[in-house]
Amino acid sequence: MSWFTQTLTSSIGKKLLMALTGLFLITFLVIHAGINAMIFYNDGGETFTHWGHFMGTNPIIRTLEIGLVAGFLIHIVDGLMLWKTNAAARPIGYKVSNPSANSTWYSRSMGLLGTLLLIFLVIHTAHFWIPNRSNQFATGEELNLYQMMLDIFQNPLVVLIYVLGCISLFWHLLHGFKSAFQTMGWNHIKYNGLVSFIGTAYSIVIPLLFALMPISIYFGWVS
Amino acid sequence: MATSSSLDAKIPQGPIETKWSKYKSSVPLVNPANKRNLEIIVVGTGLAGASAAATLAELGYKVKAFCFQDSPRRAHSIAAQGGINAAKNYQNDGDSIYRLFYDTIKGGDYRAREGNVHRLAEVSGNIIDQCVAAGVPFAREYGGLLSNRSFGGTQVQRTFYAAGQTGQQLLLGAYSGLQRQVGMGTVQMYNRHEMLDVVNIDGKCRGIIARNLITGELERHGGHAVLLCTGGYGNVFYLSTNAMGSNVTAAWKAHKKGAFFGNPCFTQIHPTCIPVSGEHQSKLTLMSESLRNDGRIWVPKAKNDTRPGNEIPENERDYYLERRYPAFGNLVPRDIASRAAKERCDAGYGVGTSKLAVFLDFAAAVDRYGHGEANKNNIANPSKEDIITWGKAVVKEKYGNLFDMYKQITGEDPYEVPMRIYPAVHYTMGGLWVDYNLMTTVPGLYALGEANFSDHGANRLGASALMQGLADGYFVIPYTIGSYLAKEIGTGKIPTDHEAFVQTEKEVKDRIDKLVSIQGKTSPELFHRRLGQIMWDKCGMARNAQGLKEAIVEIRALREEFWRDVKVMGTTTEFNPELDKAGRVADFIELGELMCIDALTREESCGGHFREEHQTEEGEALRDDENFMFVSAWEHKSIENWELHKEELIYDNIKIAQRSYK
Amino acid sequence: MSAGNMHIKLKVWRQSNTNKGGFEDYSLDGVSPDMSFLEMFDVLNEQLIEAGTEPVAFDHDCREGICGACSMYINGRPHGPLRGVTTCQLHMRSFNDGDTIVVEPWRAEAFPVIKDLVVDRDAFDRVIAAGGFISVNTGNAQDANSLPIPKEAADDAFSAAACIGCGACVAACKNASAMLFVSAKISQLALLPQGQAERSIRAEKMVAQMDAEGFGACTNTGACSAECPKEISMVNIARMNREYIGAKISSTAV
Repeated sequence: MSWFTQTLTSSIGKKLLMALTGLFLITFLVIHAGINAMIFYNDGGETFTHWGHFMGTNPIIRTLEIGLVAGFLIHIVDGLMLWKTNAAARPIGYKVSNPSANSTWYSRSMGLLGTLLLIFLVIHTAHFWIPNRSNQFATGEELNLYQMMLDIFQNPLVVLIYVLGCISLFWHLLHGFKSAFQTMGWNHIKYNGLVSFIGTAYSIVIPLLFALMPISIYFGWVS
Repeated sequence: MATSSSLDAKIPQGPIETKWSKYKSSVPLVNPANKRNLEIIVVGTGLAGASAAATLAELGYKVKAFCFQDSPRRAHSIAAQGGINAAKNYQNDGDSIYRLFYDTIKGGDYRAREGNVHRLAEVSGNIIDQCVAAGVPFAREYGGLLSNRSFGGTQVQRTFYAAGQTGQQLLLGAYSGLQRQVGMGTVQMYNRHEMLDVVNIDGKCRGIIARNLITGELERHGGHAVLLCTGGYGNVFYLSTNAMGSNVTAAWKAHKKGAFFGNPCFTQIHPTCIPVSGEHQSKLTLMSESLRNDGRIWVPKAKNDTRPGNEIPENERDYYLERRYPAFGNLVPRDIASRAAKERCDAGYGVGTSKLAVFLDFAAAVDRYGHGEANKNNIANPSKEDIITWGKAVVKEKYGNLFDMYKQITGEDPYEVPMRIYPAVHYTMGGLWVDYNLMTTVPGLYALGEANFSDHGANRLGASALMQGLADGYFVIPYTIGSYLAKEIGTGKIPTDHEAFVQTEKEVKDRIDKLVSIQGKTSPELFHRRLGQIMWDKCGMARNAQGLKEAIVEIRALREEFWRDVKVMGTTTEFNPELDKAGRVADFIELGELMCIDALTREESCGGHFREEHQTEEGEALRDDENFMFVSAWEHKSIENWELHKEELIYDNIKIAQRSYK
Repeated sequence: MSAGNMHIKLKVWRQSNTNKGGFEDYSLDGVSPDMSFLEMFDVLNEQLIEAGTEPVAFDHDCREGICGACSMYINGRPHGPLRGVTTCQLHMRSFNDGDTIVVEPWRAEAFPVIKDLVVDRDAFDRVIAAGGFISVNTGNAQDANSLPIPKEAADDAFSAAACIGCGACVAACKNASAMLFVSAKISQLALLPQGQAERSIRAEKMVAQMDAEGFGACTNTGACSAECPKEISMVNIARMNREYIGAKISSTAV
């Protein structure tokens, strides 16, 4: 094994990959949330569509999108691999355990939250990204994503799934953000407060913003 | 009991200052190619064992190391708290090799060997250098240099420390050196293995029989030399500050195979331990001697004063150590502090529910440090509360872990009320008799650290045990073993199918089978407790002829009962701590008898050995240099039968005097 | 010398060569609040011996919280309910009369059970043997004060070196990860000037050995540090991560 694969397949290397891809996905979420929030202009989707068109057609962005897909895939596959190693590290569990005495439930449930998010991701991309990109591929034309949103979010079940997805995202980020910094070795008495504050704020603001979208559309606040 | 001619300690000729350096430059050497063919067995992995095993492996010998614990890092050296002495004179307070030498001989009440102690003082500085280089995080001053504190029996600050965990840090340092050799394959480590006998061939020690404690299998291991670094035997008293597993078995087996036992009755009772709280108590916990740097020891002036310590006014307190020993005060040596505590409690001034305790009080230190902090931070007229808060913070930094431990064990907060303390068995100065080379009376069999008798006379000074363990392992044995092994280069590999191995293994097996076959009614634990009671009552802090004679009779009866009525659960072919314990208790019983015989024979008081018949009018120990300035080395003849050999002690460099700390 | 009056029910994991293990129920009277948890086990064992059953095997030695031998998982937590305390220093006053206490061995692939509550922790020794040392042969050292070390570095190194190697971190971690243990040693030596020469190779080798032993990875839940009887900080794990990644990027070992 070369030093490079050796590093990335070590326990710390795998964690580092999780942290780096996680932070990359976190930056993606800022852009994703920012552009989608354009619907709150409530201008019939004009601003949103303008930026959506930019994101969907700009060659630089389209190239970066490959990285984004890779980021997701690495985060998911690496996460599953970690899950497997970690499960193997304790083949026989405790009969009585009291983990809440020493850690938060969501920090222990990153795999579960991640799996929920993966399911949500499949549903979500099936709703928007896949149809749009396949249409672009087939015809060169983009779909009217704004109209699609208005249609899809009429279904209360879909809205519920999206809200649940956002809640999972909140817990996942609440631990993941800080955890990524710790994994990269960023643990310093001077800056821990800042990381913690930004992490918590981010984990609240981004999922909340996302959750408000289907809710607003469903209740007709945005049309 | 018979007595015979004197023993030769093989101390090099010449002036004391040059004995060791001359020895080192003239001792025979073994060339590297021959070292590879010489095997050394090291039993025990505490400070002495781990440092010896690592150093000998570095030199190129093939080393096998054994410990009964699950890892060499758990050896009981780890529990030493206060510190390690070294004559570095970093504090510029007048320390020197000679002073450390002198303090140790005097502290040992003139019953230690000059040549060994001077060598110990000489290498003490190298130990600190070595440990620092190995990454031991000693306490430091703001300038980055090493910090020192003071210990009992000295008037200089020569004790190096790492909070209250010095033993832990030193042991982990030695352990990491050992693991480095294990990783390189030069040391083969056998943990969860207990040595159950030594094997002698043609009068030389050629190996050991060890038991794999997980499988119960007996194993033969051959070696050109065997080093016993197996610690002391304080657990003969059942309650002591030793670890639960600490035992005399290895040393005792060696004794029965020809190694003389030196000064078995010299036991150190440590003055500052947490008092016994109940009948189920399994061990006693030490509160480091370093606490006596800042803590003041006292009892109420009135008998049966039941008020909490902090409510007894200053003028109703008797700071008896400061009163009796103004020059050394609370920092008198351990034997003196212990006896003084016992004297007060026996006289009816003890505190706590058992009345077997005295106070160790930090209120004065808190006040002093509080004012110091105020001065440091330029605060004029600080409030009393602030002083106390700051003072407590300083005390916490110095002794925090000890205070926490006290609170955890007793349920009382020592920052608020004075600690209650009482003496407890802590260390044994006695051990296998060794010569200057650290070799026992069996050629090829060595004893290092607490397992030997050599350096502390009748009383050990605080912070000297760590020093001796590492001196023996790092700096003494690597030289002295050469003088023996240089003659062994032609021996070849030791054959473990030799008749002696077969025979010894059979003896060991028979004894184990006997233990499990008795199936009586009493657990080994209960026998141990009964032995401890006899020893503490009659061979403890104070001894007299009457009591010792009774003890010998009682112990013999206990031994007989043990072999008739012990109940060992489980089988011999599995992990069986009860069986391990039974074997150890059986050896403790035999040792207890010898300790009483030795104490009875030594018709004087010296250091930790206090015979009530021999004391001054003020109750101080009264030595008899005329008749007892010798080391008692006992040869085992048969059951209940020992022969006394004497090693005369010669003091060329130190003037013998009555020990005074007044 | 008051005999205690607490009544305690115990569920203890029993396992041997011949059986795969399960819980046994025991009942104890006359437990004193001043007894340590292990002394309570001594009483239990005396009772079992008297009744002709095999006593419970458990690791213990110093009984003053420093050797790291004791290792019980008590009511779902390593070393029981208190923070910063080993099993041997846990006292019965931390429990209530009538309590049921469940005791299990450490659980990890790297810590196989030997018997009852006794596990094999050799994996820790092998991790140290892989690089947890400074390679200095005896006799090579310079004068101890020729190398001033800032007090802060010395204090931080000491805090990391306070680890007793008991394995509570592994037992507490949902992934049975040994990163707190390993990082404590890497940190201690990385913080000290003496440790610089082997800094990179040490991090690389110790982490490799840790992985080979079958310990899990770190999820940064903080359970290890919260349960550590010596309260070793998670800062050490972050430092180990830096040391390891830095070593991998910069070292010339390919």
